[in-house]
Amino acid sequence: MTASAMEGNAPLLEIRNCSLRFGGLAALTGVSLRIDRGELVGLIGPNGAGKTSLFNILTGVYRPTAGQILWEGRECTGLAPHRINRLGVARTFQNIRLFGSLDVSMNVRTSFIARLRGGLVAAVRRGRSFRGEEEEIRGEGRRLLAYFGLEEAASRPSRSLPYGDQRRLEIVRALATRPRLLLLDEPAAGMNPTEKEDLQRLITRIREEFGTAILLVEHDMKVVMGICQRLVVLDRGSVLSSGTPAEVRADPNVIAAYLGGSASELGVSRGEGPE
Amino acid sequence: MALPSGEAIGHNKAVPSLSDRFPRIFRPRFVLGAVLVGAALLQSCGAFIDPYATQVILFAAINVILAVSLNLVMGETGQFSLCHAAFMGVGAYTSAILTGKLLPALLPGLHWTGGSWASQITFLPVLLVAGLVAALAGLIVGGPSLRLRGDYLAMVTLGFGEIIRVLIQNTESLGGARGIEGILPATNLFWALGAAAITLYTVIALVRSTYGRGFLAVRDDEIAAAAMGIDTTRVKVTAFVIGAFFAGLAGALYAHAVEFISPEGFGFLRSFEIIVMVILGGLGRPVGVAVAAVLITLLNEWLRGLSEYRMVVYALIIILFMLLKPAAWIAPHLRSLLARFLPGRLSR
Repeated sequence: MTASAMEGNAPLLEIRNCSLRFGGLAALTGVSLRIDRGELVGLIGPNGAGKTSLFNILTGVYRPTAGQILWEGRECTGLAPHRINRLGVARTFQNIRLFGSLDVSMNVRTSFIARLRGGLVAAVRRGRSFRGEEEEIRGEGRRLLAYFGLEEAASRPSRSLPYGDQRRLEIVRALATRPRLLLLDEPAAGMNPTEKEDLQRLITRIREEFGTAILLVEHDMKVVMGICQRLVVLDRGSVLSSGTPAEVRADPNVIAAYLGGSASELGVSRGEGPE
Repeated sequence: MALPSGEAIGHNKAVPSLSDRFPRIFRPRFVLGAVLVGAALLQSCGAFIDPYATQVILFAAINVILAVSLNLVMGETGQFSLCHAAFMGVGAYTSAILTGKLLPALLPGLHWTGGSWASQITFLPVLLVAGLVAALAGLIVGGPSLRLRGDYLAMVTLGFGEIIRVLIQNTESLGGARGIEGILPATNLFWALGAAAITLYTVIALVRSTYGRGFLAVRDDEIAAAAMGIDTTRVKVTAFVIGAFFAGLAGALYAHAVEFISPEGFGFLRSFEIIVMVILGGLGRPVGVAVAAVLITLLNEWLRGLSEYRMVVYALIIILFMLLKPAAWIAPHLRSLLARFLPGRLSR
C-alpha cells in the first residue's frame, strides 16, 4: 500500500544530477529535471547546450557517466533504448527517421511489434489468432492515422510525404507505442508558419486527449512560449533557469547569458515580455 | 491510450497497400499441400527426366534455398554476412555424418542406399538436425558479432567463415582436406523442391507480417527501430539464425546430391556466389532472388563447356545482369502471371 502510494507521488520522470562526458568534453554537467504526469515541459537552449544529449540519455542511446534517471520512482539509468520505450517513453528525431522502405501505415504498425502476442511461429503458421491480431493492429493503425489526418496517405511511401506530414507521421508512430511521456526533438524545425501553428495545436491536442506528458525541445521561441506550462533552459550542459514561460523570460540570467541581444525572440516584439 | 472512437473515420475506405497483400494461396495448408503433391508428382516423373537435368534442377533448388535465406539476412535485415557457405558446410557435414556413420550404426539391420525406404524416411529428421546444428553455429557467430555494423560485421563473418572451414579441414575424423566421399544419394526432386518452396514461403510469410516488418525496420533505421521498442539485436540474431538454419538444410541436400563434400566447397567463394544471387535478384525481393538463383545455376551449366574461359564469360554476364537486372524484372511479372492463371479469389 505504502509502496504504491509512494509510487503515486513520485514524478513520472526524474533526472537526478546527470552528467555525460565524452572524454574531455562535458556534454551535460549535473542536470536535474522532473516531469509530472500529463505535463508539457519545454526544453530550450542555444546550439550545443546539451538538449539532444539530454534526450539521448533519457532514451538510452547513451548512458549517463554520473547521476540517476528514475521512471515513476524506479531507477532506469542505462537501460537499452527498446526497454526505455517499453516503459512508456517514445520520441521523435531532430532529423526525421522514418522507415523509408515501408509505407505510411506500416511505419505506424512497426510500433506494435514490441507488444505482439504471436511471434515468429505465428507469422509462419498464419492461424486464426494471427490473422485476428494483424487485423486489430491494422485497425488501430488506421484509426491513429485518421485521427491525425494522414489516412489518405496510408499506402504512400513515407518518404513521398510533404515535410510537415513526415514530422506528423513520426509523432503518430511514437504515439502508437502508447507512451506516457513523449519526447519531441525540434518538431518545428523546417516548418513554415502555418505548419508551426498546426503543430502547436497538435501538441496541445495530444496532451489533452491522450494524457501524455510531453518534453519539447525547440528552437522556435513562439512555439515553446505559446504552449508550454514550464520551461527549462539549458546552457553549456547545465540547467540555467527553469519555471513558467513568464518567469524564464524575466530571468536576467537567461536574458544576459543566453539570449543576449535577441530578447525580441522571446516575444518582446509582441508586447508580452517584461519591458 | 484512450483513442476517440473511430466509427466515422472510414474504416472500410482504406485501400490495403500492395506490399501488404498476402495472397490467399500462400496459406500454410495450401502451400504444404501443393508442395507435397507437386514435389511427389515431379519425383514420380523423375524416371523420365534425364539424370543430368535432374542434377541441374537439384542444384537450382539448393541455390534457391541458399539465396533466399541469405536474402533474409542481407536484403531484409540489412546485415552483410560473408559466411553463409560456412553454415551450408556445417549442415552438409552434420548430415553426412548422420547418414554415413550414426544411422547405420544405430539401425544396422536396415538397407542403407540412396533410394531405400530407410534412408528416405530418416532423411527428414536428418535435414532438420543439419539445419538446427547450422542454426546453432549461426547463434554462436551472430550473438557476439551482430552488435557490429557494416564493414566490421562483414570482416567478422568473413573470419568466422574461414574458422569453420579451417576447423573442418584440420579435423581428421571429418576427413580433413580430403573431405567425405560416398555419401548416400538421398536427395531427390521431392526433398529439394519441397525444401526450396518451404524456404521461399517462410521468408515471404515472415516479411509480410507485423512481426517480420521488424526486420525491415532494423534495416531502414536501427536507432528509430530501437526507439519504437524493437529489440534490434534480437531481430538481427533471429534473422541470422533462420538464415543459418536454411543454409544448413541446403548443405545437407547438397551433400546428399553430389555424394562428396570437402571443406573447399564451403569457402569464401561459395559465399560470394550466393551474395551475387541475392544482389542480382534485388535485395529484399525474395521471388527475384529465387529467380536469380535459378538463372545463375543455369549459367554455370551453360558455361561448363568453355573450360578455362568460363570465368571470363561468367564475369561479363554478371556485369550484364547487373546492368539489366533481368531477375528483378521478371519477379513482378511472375505475380501478374500467377494472378492470370489462378482464380482471383485465390491470388488476392
